[in-house]
Amino acid sequence: MRETAGMTNRRDLLAAGAGLVVMVAWRPVPAAAAIRTESTADAIRRFAGDAAIGSGPIHLDLPALVENGNAVTITVTVESPMTPQDHIRRIAVFNDKNPQPNVVTIHLGPRSGRAAVTTRIRLADTQRITAIAETSDGRYWSTSAEAIVTLAACLEG
Amino acid sequence: MARTLINVPKSAKPGEVVTIKTLISHPMETGFRPGADGRIKPRDILTEFVCAYDGEEVFRAEMFPATAANPYVSFTLKAERTGTLTFTWRGDNGFDQTETATLNVA
Repeated sequence: MRETAGMTNRRDLLAAGAGLVVMVAWRPVPAAAAIRTESTADAIRRFAGDAAIGSGPIHLDLPALVENGNAVTITVTVESPMTPQDHIRRIAVFNDKNPQPNVVTIHLGPRSGRAAVTTRIRLADTQRITAIAETSDGRYWSTSAEAIVTLAACLEG
Repeated sequence: MARTLINVPKSAKPGEVVTIKTLISHPMETGFRPGADGRIKPRDILTEFVCAYDGEEVFRAEMFPATAANPYVSFTLKAERTGTLTFTWRGDNGFDQTETATLNVA
């Protein structure tokens, strides 16, 4: 460490010091609240427009207790015949407390056979996850699940 | 080229619904995380994953920073005829990678 300091000039040291101050200033701010880009309600409206969102045969599976928020497996299934006349067109997943409300948006069609998708997501905090499906005739079905996160997806590096 | 893992059943009957599993190695840097120097690391994520069956899009996922590193997506397809499945991932910094697999239907 001393050798490195010997080779570094004063300006670099000052810059490093400034970086440290920024980092220290960042720490106490609640990670999720600090940099929320858009509200969940706004993101849902952007997905569904003004359409009414009701309950329907949509299921969201995720662990109720999450040990590691960096990779949480979620599965969304919607009961649908998936025929050209009657199928699920889109499925979107939203969160409450990550910096950004969108988690994933899926586009499906009759050739999907089933409306079932699994992926792995990040959770920055204990929060509610909402999944919304859009049917081919323009109805919206929604469901929610709570997840308790013990180790948050790292926002602080 | 990022490493990918694609799992397609060896064969399927016509009309059978098959499950496709895909994984690609990618850091999915969120753009919200400070690095060791205290500066926010620039966002570097995959934003889109598309699966096409003989050139016709059958599945698409829009991804956001909330997708975990090394994105894993599993979905279903109705097997109709033997054909080529094309998997394309696109993302920040011009990321664009395509892999193919054959679905045998008999």
